[in-house]
Amino acid sequence: MNRFDYVRAGTVAEAVQAFGVGARFIAGGTNLIDLMKYEVEKPGRLIDITRLPLDRIEDHAGGLRIGALATNAKVAYDDRVAERYPLLRNAILAGASAQLRNAASTGGNLLQRTRCYYFYDVATPCNKREPGSGCTAIGGMNRIHAIFGTSDKCIATHPSDMCIALAALEATVQVSGPQGERSIPFAEFHRLPGDTPETDTNLAPGEIIVAVDLPESRFPQHFTYLKLRDRLSYAFALVSVAAGLELDGDTVKTARLALGGVAHKPWRNREAEAMLEGKPATRESFQAAADLIVAEAKPQSENGFKIDLARRAIVRGLEQAAAGTPQSLSDKRIQ
Amino acid sequence: MLLEKQPPVSADTPIGITLTINGQRRALQVAPWTTLLDLLRERLDLTGTKKGCDHGQCGACTVLVNGTRVNACLTLAVMKDGAEITTVEGLAGLGDRKGSNALHPIQEAFIEHDAFQCGYCTPGQLCSSVGLLNEGHAHTRDEIREAMSGNICRCGAYTNIVDAIEDVMQGDAR
Repeated sequence: MNRFDYVRAGTVAEAVQAFGVGARFIAGGTNLIDLMKYEVEKPGRLIDITRLPLDRIEDHAGGLRIGALATNAKVAYDDRVAERYPLLRNAILAGASAQLRNAASTGGNLLQRTRCYYFYDVATPCNKREPGSGCTAIGGMNRIHAIFGTSDKCIATHPSDMCIALAALEATVQVSGPQGERSIPFAEFHRLPGDTPETDTNLAPGEIIVAVDLPESRFPQHFTYLKLRDRLSYAFALVSVAAGLELDGDTVKTARLALGGVAHKPWRNREAEAMLEGKPATRESFQAAADLIVAEAKPQSENGFKIDLARRAIVRGLEQAAAGTPQSLSDKRIQ
Repeated sequence: MLLEKQPPVSADTPIGITLTINGQRRALQVAPWTTLLDLLRERLDLTGTKKGCDHGQCGACTVLVNGTRVNACLTLAVMKDGAEITTVEGLAGLGDRKGSNALHPIQEAFIEHDAFQCGYCTPGQLCSSVGLLNEGHAHTRDEIREAMSGNICRCGAYTNIVDAIEDVMQGDAR
C-alpha cells in the first residue's frame, strides 16, 4: 500500500473541502483498501468520512431515506426495509459475507469497482485502470464479463447486488459537492463504458453521496432477488435478477426488472417492462419479455452461456415474483 | 494520477489513537496505512488473529469491533480510534460469556465438536461465531452456514463448526 495523507472529516462540508487531486473518500473501505493493496488505487490522501452523521435510516416522502454511511448489514436488518423493501434486503444479503456487510457502507456499495481480473492485475493492460492501455479481457478470459452495453474499450461488469435492487426500486441518489447538492436518479448514476471506461459513475470530482432515497413501497409481496453464481455463497453473480411486480388479479400492473453481472451498470430494459404491463402473469408473457431483453445481448469469446442463463433467470425471477415466493436466502437451490 | 503535483502533507507523521483491546485501553501511534490486522500482529504481539489472504476473502483475520465482526485486514487502525476490539485472545474474558476452564462457550464447543483440524482458520471462525451469536439473525443450520460463509476452512471442518455454533445457540435458548 502506498503512503498517504489522512484527514478525518467532521462535516460534509469539511470532507468536500479536503478533496483534491488524488484524494479518495473512505467509509467502510472494504473495496478501496483491497484495491490499494493491489496498487490499483494509490490515493495521495484518504478523507475518512465515517464520523459524519450520515448513518440514519428515516421515513421520507412516503418512502425511506437511507444515510450513505448506514452499513449494508444495518440496511438489510432494518424492520422497515424488511417490511416495505424486502427486495433490497434480499439483494444485500445475497452479496459478500457478514463481516464485509458489517463494514461496507451504502454509498460505498454504489461506488464499488469492477471485479474484472485484468482491472485487478496491474501487470496487464486495462483501459479502466490505465486509460488507453487496451483491454485484455476482450479475447482473453472473459467468462464473467458483460453481455450488454459493452464497448470496444471495456467489457467489465458492475459487481454490486444491492445496486441491482436499487435500480429495480428506482431509488434516487442524493449527493453533495463543491457545486452544492443535487439528486441523481438511480438509472443515471452508473454509466456504460463507452470511450471512457475509467469513469464508473456520473458523480463529479469531490462529490460525496449523502443518502439513497427509496420511493413509496410497491413490491412488498411480489418480488425476488435471484442470484446465480459459481458457488452458493460469497461469490459475485454471473447473472442476477431483481424483479418487482404489482399485480391486479392475474394481470401485471407494473413490472420492474434489473439484471446484475451482465453489464457495466445495473441493466434495465424499459421496453420489456412496459411490454409486461397489462399482460397476464404467465410464463408465456415472461418468456416474451426475456426474449426481448436478451435480443440485444452480445457475447464475448467465453461468456455466451450468460445469454441463455439470463433468459432463464428472467423467466424464473418473474415467476418467483408473481407467485410471491422469492428466492430463499439460505437455501440457494433453484427449485 | 497527479500525485506528484500535490504531495501528501502529513504522510510521514504517525497519528495518535486510543483503542481498547481485549479490555485493555491502549494509546498508540500509528501510520495511517497500518491495518488493524498488522497493528495487532506486528506491534502488539497479538498473533492469534491470522493473516490468510489479506484481502477480505478468507475470514482468518476476523475480529470484533464494538461487538461486530469485521475483517481486520480491510480495516485501517486509524479509522477505529476509540473503538473496543476483541480478538481470539480476549474471547475468554468477555464479561457476560464466561464458560468453564476460563474459555468462552464457543471455544469449549469447538473443542467438544472437534471443529478444526490444522487450526489456522480457527481464531477467525471463533470470532465470527461470536459475531453471529451477537447478531442473532441465524437460527437454522442453513442460516448458520450462510452467515459463516465469510470464513474459509481448507481442512473442511465445516460440519463440526456448524455443530459447535448450533450447540451454543441452543444453550443460549435454554
